[in-house]
Amino acid sequence: MISNKILKNVFLVFLLSFVLSACATQTKKVDSQMQGDVYTGTDTVEYLASGVPDRVFFATNESVLTTASRDTLRKQAAWLRKNSDITIVLEGHADERGTREYNLALGERRANAAKDYLMTYGISSDRISVISYGKERPVDSGSNPLAWSKNRRSVSVKAN
Amino acid sequence: MRKILLFTLFFLFNVSKAYSLIEVDITRGNLNPLPIAVSPLFSDSDTKEELENESNIIKLGDKISEVVENNLRRTGLFNPLEKNAFLQNPDVAHLKPRFEDWKLIKAQALITGQVKFVDEKLRVEFRLWDVLAAKELMALAFTTVPENWRRVGHIISDKIYERLTGEKGYFDTRIIYVAEQGPKTKRIKKLAIMDQDSVNTKYLTLGNELVLTPRFNPTNQMVTYLSYFKNLPRVYLLDIETGIQEVVGDFPGMTFAPRFSPDGKKIIMSFAKDGNSDIYTMNLENRIVNRITNHPSIDTSPSYSPDGKFITFNSDRSGFQQIYVMKSDGSNVKRISFGKGLYGTPVWSPRGDLIAFTKLHKGKFYIGVMRTDGSGERLLTENYYQEAPSWSPNGRVLIFYRETKSNSEGEGFSAKLWSIDLTGYNERQVPTETDGSDPSWSSLLSN
Repeated sequence: MISNKILKNVFLVFLLSFVLSACATQTKKVDSQMQGDVYTGTDTVEYLASGVPDRVFFATNESVLTTASRDTLRKQAAWLRKNSDITIVLEGHADERGTREYNLALGERRANAAKDYLMTYGISSDRISVISYGKERPVDSGSNPLAWSKNRRSVSVKAN
Repeated sequence: MRKILLFTLFFLFNVSKAYSLIEVDITRGNLNPLPIAVSPLFSDSDTKEELENESNIIKLGDKISEVVENNLRRTGLFNPLEKNAFLQNPDVAHLKPRFEDWKLIKAQALITGQVKFVDEKLRVEFRLWDVLAAKELMALAFTTVPENWRRVGHIISDKIYERLTGEKGYFDTRIIYVAEQGPKTKRIKKLAIMDQDSVNTKYLTLGNELVLTPRFNPTNQMVTYLSYFKNLPRVYLLDIETGIQEVVGDFPGMTFAPRFSPDGKKIIMSFAKDGNSDIYTMNLENRIVNRITNHPSIDTSPSYSPDGKFITFNSDRSGFQQIYVMKSDGSNVKRISFGKGLYGTPVWSPRGDLIAFTKLHKGKFYIGVMRTDGSGERLLTENYYQEAPSWSPNGRVLIFYRETKSNSEGEGFSAKLWSIDLTGYNERQVPTETDGSDPSWSSLLSN
């Protein structure tokens, strides 16, 4: 009786997951690369050194660093401490779904969020400069949520 | 008795009509544009010959009329009639129109004119006639060098528009904008300027650095814009006559979103430092910089009221991008946008009574207008992406830019200039040689 009930539940769960996955096949690929609307994939990411990703991603209209972003920036800070002659430019970007001027300000705010975090890990501000490109330099030209999530970013670029 | 009364009323009505002048109401969407006959400006054979020999210009009268006709048609307020239907020759009509002939083809207004070549100069005269009232409304003559013939067409258009609508025209004006080329991820952008009717395009920068948001000085031919020259995004001042340019101020960071004050003596802009953007002004005469806002939110896209006493801008101090108005010293900040969605790029009408804006709501972009206290919001046009309205100098038309969707390879992407009347009617694309964005409308060049 009990085993029967379990079997029934297992069957229900199986059925449910089948239905869900049938619905989700279209968007599954997208979902696996985004958490909320923050990009979590690696398609566009380049590396400053082995294991040191060059960029962090943001939610729409946000400049708050996610847990993953802070993890990336700590790796960048460690790499910068090890290579004390290197200076970097933080390039802040926005997606195309905003007004041009507001996006310039937003890109600047995002790059500075990354800068502030690097500084709390001991990187001197005179090794970091900041530039905002607003929505002017997307990495993905697509007009869809996944492309926009890749474009909302701050990229650390070696300056020397 | 009743019959007599009716007759009298009719008579009075008719009389008043005979003496009242034709008028075009531009305050509402005009679904019945005024039928107007633009008779080609005629020249005598001597003038024709001389113009052809001296300036290599053929059929100048026809060309000027064409400029006028196209200007009038684009307003949506006038319906220039087919020339083939004209019964009277241009030279005879200019002296004394046979009004019955023009009534017959349903013209209510008639433009006639003459081009003469006198002492190396062009003398253009034109007359505007009220066909129904059978009288002359206006007669004017201009003298200029032959190369200026298009401007003559624009000035004539302005005079006619003003006479028939009661408001200044906007034809003898230019548009400065950003010409765009190349893939979306590496767009090449140049400053470009053209006449309001998309003719005479000139490129003012070479495309070596990113340039954005050019805006005219309302009092002269200076322009302020954002350039990424040497990878330092800064506000620049450019004299489009001499080509001389300079950085505005000495700010240790990005300056952006520039506009002139209505007297043309100050630039108002944003300065971004340490993640915070505030609004500043710089006096172009004494170089004094003033900080106008001081708030940890993003304050940008400032625009002065035409009397210079107020500033509208957008800020996300409420948590989301909204429109605010303050006194020009930065005091009395008041939020004015309270509808659903985000509001940006507020720009004060040259008439002073309205603020045009971009609104983003549920994935759609709108261009709209509201009163300066935020009441009476009216959305004029909805699209996938459009922003940055700029007013015609008479405050009757808005020009803005629109972008289309694209796939990840950038296919399908375009950026084009569009205009729409304040009434929400007469939406049309403004042709540009390449893709274009960030348009700014100049003041009237003459008068």
